Amino acid sequence: MKKVFKDADAALEGILFDGMLIAAGGFGLCGIPELLIAAIKKTGTKDLTVASNNCGVDGFGLGQLLDTRQIKKMMSSYVGENAEFMRQFLSKELEVEFNPQGTLAERMRAGGAGIPGFYTKTGVGTIIAEGKEHKDFNGETYILERGIVADLSIVKAWKADPSGNLVFRKTARNFNPPAATCGKICVAEVEEIVPLGSLDPDTIHTPGIYVHRIIQGEHEKRIEQRTTRKREAS
Amino acid sequence: MAWDRNQMAARAAQELQDGWYVNLGIGIPTLVANYIPKGVEVTLQSENGMLGMGPFPFEGEEDADLINAGKQTVTELPQTAFFDSSQSFAMIRGGKIAMAILGAMEVAENGDLANWMIPGKLVKGMGGAMDLVAGVGRVVVVMDHTNKAGESKVLKSCSLPLTGKAVVDRIISNLGVLDVVPGGLKIVELADGVTEAELRAATEANIVN
Repeated sequence: MKKVFKDADAALEGILFDGMLIAAGGFGLCGIPELLIAAIKKTGTKDLTVASNNCGVDGFGLGQLLDTRQIKKMMSSYVGENAEFMRQFLSKELEVEFNPQGTLAERMRAGGAGIPGFYTKTGVGTIIAEGKEHKDFNGETYILERGIVADLSIVKAWKADPSGNLVFRKTARNFNPPAATCGKICVAEVEEIVPLGSLDPDTIHTPGIYVHRIIQGEHEKRIEQRTTRKREAS
Repeated sequence: MAWDRNQMAARAAQELQDGWYVNLGIGIPTLVANYIPKGVEVTLQSENGMLGMGPFPFEGEEDADLINAGKQTVTELPQTAFFDSSQSFAMIRGGKIAMAILGAMEVAENGDLANWMIPGKLVKGMGGAMDLVAGVGRVVVVMDHTNKAGESKVLKSCSLPLTGKAVVDRIISNLGVLDVVPGGLKIVELADGVTEAELRAATEANIVN
């Protein structure tokens, strides 16, 4: 069992096909698998459906795959940061399935946990509920949402060991753990691959069973909204 | 006269109770954190996976791995906990968050809320708002009472796609505070210098006495 690959191109070899469903981790530009996205762009794999909370920004993250028209459909909760996305969506070149953020996260978690569907109150009485099964529990109405099983999941972690155990850092964890679980194959890119035995087993966020391929690389880690406060004069 | 953005945020901060876990939306709701009353300890949840959200970092100390739900750089506190998105919404959907303070494009007299899209024009998405309004204990919206053309945004029924049906408990606008009650809205408070007649004139929704 060898999970460590030399780079993103090598880690994706033999996995990609046109029309596939990819689940991607990240929130905004925080914790996105930027190296794997750039590698997918190079392959030209097209007609992709991508389940990801956001779609990057113009020219970075998943936004790059919009520029090349490799994405056919997005399953997202918020896409307000991307002018090209808006343009393709309004001109009907791009299909979008809006998912409430928690519903999207739970759909990934459920898919990875062998749960084909779950009931939630989220979206009841809105256009999100249209065409979905409604069911009452204890006098409250819920709708049925389906688990997502992706052909591939791509995630970004802080550290990995060679067995695929992953540790995330701060809010860069976000969608990465649920996305990792819902892929038939999961490829993880990390800032550092550390020797076996150097991660405390009590602190593993995603156990290696979910992770099939790992690469280490340099990340740009772009900040979307740089907000600061003034230091008090001393 | 009416309340400005900061005065609305300060008024919304009066809704907070000691010990509460609270989620603040993007925009004016974010400003509420600046006005938390003395002696009231609240823990802010950021739905991208953080409890115990601190202030913006000092210049030069921004961390790309540490942002809030508005993608702004923030800091952690001694009590901070990080978690993934599915756990974040498990605590929201599971009713563990006492209150959410959100912005609104339209609110209706039965508590319907619209704040996520304008068909054919603006498609940003609902983010976590649908989950929040369905899951948290109490929903307070902070909004301008009218649009730029002076038309009421506090309506008999919403014209835009809904974020949630009958979910709003209280409206804090630039003109005052209204509660959603059986039969319509009830005036709780008038903003500084606003008369009841002015508030009523700016409100399309039915106001009950």
